[in-house]
Amino acid sequence: MSTVTTSTRPVDAAPGRTAAARLQAWLPRLVLSPSIAISLFFVYGFMLWTFILSLTNSRMLPSYEFVGFAQYARLMENERWWVAATNLGIFGGLFVIICLGLGLLLAILLDQRIRQEGALRTIYLYPMALSFIVTGVVWKWLLNPGLGIQAMVRGWGFESFTFDWLIDPKMSVYTLVIAAVWQASGFVMALFLAGLRGIDDSIIKAAQLDGAGLPRIYWRVVIPCLRPVVFSAVMILSHIAIKSFDLVVALTGGGPGYSSDLPATFMYTHAFTRAQIGLGSASAMLMLGGVLAILIPYLYSELRSRKHG
Amino acid sequence: MPALMPARAFRKTLLGLAVAGSLGVAQAQAGDVEVLHWWTSGGEARAANVLKELMEEEGHHWEDFAVAGGGGETAMTVLKSRAMSGNPPSAAQIKGPEIQEWGDLGLLGSLDDVAESEGWDEKLPGVVADVMKHDGQYVAVPVNVHRVNWLWANPEVLEEAGVALPTTLDEMFAAGEAIREAGYVPLAHGGQAWQDATVFETVLLATAGNDFYRRTMVDLDPEALGSEQMIEALENFKRMRELMDDDMSGRDWNIATSMVISGKAAMQLMGDWAKGEFTAAGLEPGKDYLCVPAPGTEHSFTFNIDSLAMFRVSEEADQEAQRTLARLVLEPEFQKTFNLAKGSIPARPDLDMSEFDQCARKSLEDFQRTADEGGLVPSMAHGMAVRSDVQGAIFDVVTNFFNSPDMSAEQAAQRMVSAAQAVM
Amino acid sequence: MDNVIRRRTPGARLARAVLYTVLILAVLFYLMPLVVMLFTSIKPLDEIRAGSLLAMPLDPTFAPWAKAWGEACTGMRCEGVSVYFFNSIAIVVPAVLISTTIGALNGYALTKWRFKGSELVFALMLFGCFIPFQVVLLPMAQTLGWLGLSSSRAGLVLVHVIFGIAFTTLFFRNFYVSVPSELVSAAKLDGAGFFRIFWRILLPVSAPIIVVSVIWQFTQIWNDFLFGVAFSAHDTQPVTVALNNLVNTSTGVKEYNVDMAAAMIAALPTLVVYVLAGKYFVRGLTAGSVKG
Repeated sequence: MSTVTTSTRPVDAAPGRTAAARLQAWLPRLVLSPSIAISLFFVYGFMLWTFILSLTNSRMLPSYEFVGFAQYARLMENERWWVAATNLGIFGGLFVIICLGLGLLLAILLDQRIRQEGALRTIYLYPMALSFIVTGVVWKWLLNPGLGIQAMVRGWGFESFTFDWLIDPKMSVYTLVIAAVWQASGFVMALFLAGLRGIDDSIIKAAQLDGAGLPRIYWRVVIPCLRPVVFSAVMILSHIAIKSFDLVVALTGGGPGYSSDLPATFMYTHAFTRAQIGLGSASAMLMLGGVLAILIPYLYSELRSRKHG
Repeated sequence: MPALMPARAFRKTLLGLAVAGSLGVAQAQAGDVEVLHWWTSGGEARAANVLKELMEEEGHHWEDFAVAGGGGETAMTVLKSRAMSGNPPSAAQIKGPEIQEWGDLGLLGSLDDVAESEGWDEKLPGVVADVMKHDGQYVAVPVNVHRVNWLWANPEVLEEAGVALPTTLDEMFAAGEAIREAGYVPLAHGGQAWQDATVFETVLLATAGNDFYRRTMVDLDPEALGSEQMIEALENFKRMRELMDDDMSGRDWNIATSMVISGKAAMQLMGDWAKGEFTAAGLEPGKDYLCVPAPGTEHSFTFNIDSLAMFRVSEEADQEAQRTLARLVLEPEFQKTFNLAKGSIPARPDLDMSEFDQCARKSLEDFQRTADEGGLVPSMAHGMAVRSDVQGAIFDVVTNFFNSPDMSAEQAAQRMVSAAQAVM
Repeated sequence: MDNVIRRRTPGARLARAVLYTVLILAVLFYLMPLVVMLFTSIKPLDEIRAGSLLAMPLDPTFAPWAKAWGEACTGMRCEGVSVYFFNSIAIVVPAVLISTTIGALNGYALTKWRFKGSELVFALMLFGCFIPFQVVLLPMAQTLGWLGLSSSRAGLVLVHVIFGIAFTTLFFRNFYVSVPSELVSAAKLDGAGFFRIFWRILLPVSAPIIVVSVIWQFTQIWNDFLFGVAFSAHDTQPVTVALNNLVNTSTGVKEYNVDMAAAMIAALPTLVVYVLAGKYFVRGLTAGSVKG
């Protein structure tokens, strides 16, 4: 994702151009303009609309009776919102870190001239193809202590084995992490594998000639080369984390109690099920604000360091 | 005299006249009605299919728009999205106070002419009719009446544990211990917010009675919500948890019912839709399973009425289709088939109940008795008592209290007060 | 590719054993849900009730698959998921083609015809990836109503295109950045136009990234539930909605094997795409989309 490449100027610098040439010069912008218009209207316009709704007391359908920031004040007092926001921090953080770690590990291992690499890669990658609408029920079974993994391991004779996070309000959010990591880590593996394959072998050879051991080569030479991949992966993972919705609905339904609620489900529940569109919109705005607060510094520092590095 | 003619025959006569008059009009009479509903399970769907067939017999076209999930939550999202786009389905399964909200938005069409020609005011119990009206006009048609405060039990397990069917909360707790000792789960339950709320409202009724229930769950009286009685009810509610098993989180209610069927659990507190599960398993009421009013709520009937609301449509033919649909819903044929499948009782008490089982007959009897005694109360857990935002706030408190080991009943009662106030 | 452990020392052999163990453990983790689904879908109901989730099917039957495909009730229609399956195809194919085409042109314009503010345009569009779909549900519904597209297939295609182009543009832009610009500059000097250069120079080398974009979009749109349920009518519901109706129904006897067979059917197209094209997917990512 570098921003510095050979810059190609539009031909509008050429003197004495014809109408056709002028059209040519504007064509790129013309081609982009529908997409720009779409972004402006459907992303930024809708965000603005959501912001406006967050200032109203809209209930079942949007209305335009303004109440100032009262919805935000209500949200701040809402305990469930804080549970959801904290959960997103826990869930998002663990999800991104574990996916990166597991993905990198699997990619490095797969890069060791493994037999059946293609088959393994497909197996690691396939969960990305499935939605939680499809796999939610199975995950619910597997994580249910009386039915799934716990029952199975106990069936093998380990009577004291306990794996009951799904029913423990303090641990339920971690079951979301397990299922989400299952879905996305293979994809991260693919990204890293692609990155590893793209690294110039001569760098590694040079390091080997210097007598560096393999772990050291990976730590000092290979992994730093993967920085752009980490960037792409973090972008994709954080977008998945923020949007995680089907996962919660299918796996825990937000429970026990509302211990595994996430902002996306909070917003949905309030805006749609509970006819509090104003409050739901306020939570959506805070969610977007949170995304911006994390993404912009990261984007900025990444793009900047790459320009200079 | 049309009033003396069977309604369908009358329509057919009209139709015949129209055909004789002009073919164009006759064709326009065949309207479309798109019905958004969440009757997706096998038995329900087959029963609702009767309605579709009746509609088609009358020459109208039924467009089936089924959306399952979360007790109609997904369907409501779809409905809002469709309403926003200015293209709502012509009929939708909406119930309770939500009918009022849609009516307030001016989106529902009046059914008064059907209601008048069919005599709904005479046929429907007052409580039911009130729910269907917005601003004094009928905008929805009731499909059935569910009773929520039932206790379902497996007689073999009770016998094994040496206990009788509990009729009060104290008996229930005592029986629970005996059942647990005999090696069974005393009370089957699924840890979902609405199921927690179902148990809660039943325990509330049993602890504090009908009037208190109305003050708290319908009128949201802050004084009552924070009172000693509420705290006592919450404590009893929490004690219920001791009767349940550990793996209940997220369990669907029908899985809980199947625990009673298979003899893993002794009892379940659930509405009469649970009967469908017992029937599907080939069991007979009174013999293979027992249905009684939930302990301590014999003089209460928490009702949950399913209904179809009609949205305004512009085409005359489609309006006609809506009116036909509304009329057919209350006709004996559909009422009987549908309610036999659903486990509920017909919305019209005047129907012949001979084909219904003893649970349903008891339900109808209690419906009429409690209506006279003042024990007929709307179910909070099933969206009949308060608006969905208040209901949601109460759900949050109830389910959080039920699932968190360290929240006291006093705290929960206090939160109940602020929840009710926050959404006002 | 010399960064591999291959000396045949005992230590290396041990390392190799550890390596394979880790890889195989990972295989078990990733495969478990699919195996449970597959096994459950071919077991008779009694066997599901009696046995453990991961137990091998003793008496495999494909009746649940047949039922899920052609007979299971999703609402009052008991025609299985097949109708909805084809609805999904009718939505996915145009949406994927259109969003990929737009993404390719955008990526091309953003990298080979840079203009003042083109980076800003890209950043603006990128943010579209992060907007949670629940947020746009109601305004989108209203907009579709204005456009006269509510509850139509065209409307659903439009929605998927709108929220897909942020991703496809990202893919193509990052790919085209790594395609050398010299050829493009030379062609420009020769007087070749915008589309001609795209057609002759960029498109022929784009196969890897087209695969990535198509796979990504296909998966996203095929698996979509929220838009599919909110913006469809009775006759345009995609397969995920039908699956939900089947699986989320909470009354009556649960036919887990039919549920699982339906889930497998709904998952099959994306699974097949990943299995068949997965190789090209990784190759496409290697080809540039993740490189700087």
